[in-house]
Amino acid sequence: MSIIQLNQVSRHFTKGRQKVEVLSDLDLEIEEGDFLALMGPSGSGKTTLLNLIGGLDQPTAGSVEVAGRQLVGLSSRKLAQWRSRNIGFIFQFYNLLPILSARRNVELPLLLTRLGGRQRRRNADVALAIVGLADRAGHKPGELSGGQQQRVAIARAIVADPRILVCDEPTGDLDRETADEILDLLELLNREHGKTIIMVTHDPKAATHARRTLHLDKGSLVREAA
Amino acid sequence: MLGQIFQITLLNLRNLPSRLGSSSVIVVGIGGVVTVLVAILAMAAGFSATLNRAGAPDRAIVLRGGSSSAELSSTIDLQRSQYVATLDGVRLASGELYTVTDIPKRATLLPSNVVIRGVEQSAFEVRPELRIVEGRNFTTGRNELIAGRGASAQFLGIDLGATVELRQSEWTVVGIFESGGSAYESELWADLATAQSAFRRFSLISSMRVLLEGPGAIESVRGEFENNPAVDLSITSEEEFFRNQSEFLTTLITGFGYGVALIMAVGAMFAALNTMYAAVSIRTVEIATLRALGFGSAPVVISVLVESVALALIGGLLGAAVAWFGFNGYTVSTLNQGSFSQVAFDFAVSPDILITGIIWALTLGLAGGLFPALQAARMPITRALRGD
Repeated sequence: MSIIQLNQVSRHFTKGRQKVEVLSDLDLEIEEGDFLALMGPSGSGKTTLLNLIGGLDQPTAGSVEVAGRQLVGLSSRKLAQWRSRNIGFIFQFYNLLPILSARRNVELPLLLTRLGGRQRRRNADVALAIVGLADRAGHKPGELSGGQQQRVAIARAIVADPRILVCDEPTGDLDRETADEILDLLELLNREHGKTIIMVTHDPKAATHARRTLHLDKGSLVREAA
Repeated sequence: MLGQIFQITLLNLRNLPSRLGSSSVIVVGIGGVVTVLVAILAMAAGFSATLNRAGAPDRAIVLRGGSSSAELSSTIDLQRSQYVATLDGVRLASGELYTVTDIPKRATLLPSNVVIRGVEQSAFEVRPELRIVEGRNFTTGRNELIAGRGASAQFLGIDLGATVELRQSEWTVVGIFESGGSAYESELWADLATAQSAFRRFSLISSMRVLLEGPGAIESVRGEFENNPAVDLSITSEEEFFRNQSEFLTTLITGFGYGVALIMAVGAMFAALNTMYAAVSIRTVEIATLRALGFGSAPVVISVLVESVALALIGGLLGAAVAWFGFNGYTVSTLNQGSFSQVAFDFAVSPDILITGIIWALTLGLAGGLFPALQAARMPITRALRGD
């Protein structure tokens, strides 16, 4: 059963008088529970595609249906609500709030729910345990290594139990060994917790952790590797 | 929604210590505006209050017609003063000589006009609020002065027991008086006959203070004067007389205060704008991350505004505190255009003035935070996540 369906999706940007076509007439279907790697050269439209799936951007044309919801035409308020329930974001540079502890960072998405403070902290601790950082809950991002910070970011992404994880170069800022640990963790979340994962990466080795890989070039899908 | 606003605002405020330097620009800038505004308004209020305090509802001042606002240019002879004292509605009358002399100010050592008021015993009965707080009253027929508390504080040599030279003769300060903080406290009082002799105003007085049977009696006396134009006298209630005297300078000081504060406010608002743009810019990625996670634009706008207003409020409170501790009760003197003499008065920082200052601070905070807040909320998330 497909959880993500894009039909005839185009996205262009305007720079001055110039129209830059980033995605053109793209069709894509992703099954629930899939782990998809998106690869391609810089400017091929990977991140734009990821932003459309994550509800951070709207296409110029076409339809984007994710987790049973047509995202095209939704107001920014409705999109924000939808994202908070359905998408977990993992960024290349972690995007943690430096003044908050790991636990408080992980707790952030739960502030948008009706959970009470104690339950929020309990859920945050569970998410931190899943990523192997139960003993670092009180540490601030500045006191953690890059790999640990990305684990905190992953805990934040899963704490509200979204169906889809959207990862933009999640290992782009990490050494090989740490990157492999993070990718193993993503695999675990896909395999054991049933999360659908879409991951943009430049790294062919990272892509091997995914179930399948899509290659983009000049805004179009060029080939698919199993 | 309220929960989101609260949470993001809390995050912003917890972030403040890391931006202490830039945040203090708002606090200091707006604090400065409030200090100046409150101080100048307190000056105007103090001056106005000092003059208005001298007025009593059942007291009026009689002057020569055409001198309705200045005792200095008014002259009343003995015959007229006796006529006024016998009018229906006049309970008690006090004929007074009003003249000015130069005495250096303690602060600047520059000569300034000081009122010398020649009075009889009735002057004290007409003004029951006046009391001698140090020394004693002057003795009739002797070159003795009693000085108002303000005059003693402001003018050189006006000390109890000191000798002052006026019109080539020596006068001794034998007492200090208070009159509820009114303009009379800026004057020097002497025996009427002795003053008339010293200032060569034989048998002439400048004005009369009359204690009326009641507030309505003033119309009766005014009617008498109008029916008898030959006496060429006018009567004004003391409250109106002092209100007229204070109006010009109070308006001038208030206008000046708002003018200066407005100019400073423009500067402070740009400082606030700059600081808040910087605050938003530093946290572009952070704000975008929160929005990506599902926090709405409105809580972001409101949280930035709350931060700006909170900083402005701190500035406003600091400014108000500086004005309160630095200026409230601070005594100065200035030339009263209405009487051509120096009036000593205290800056009066009232709750109303403090509230005005705080309202200015909050307005500046709102204005300074609005555009950065809108920018933070309107920036596309995808661009902001890249830190553009």
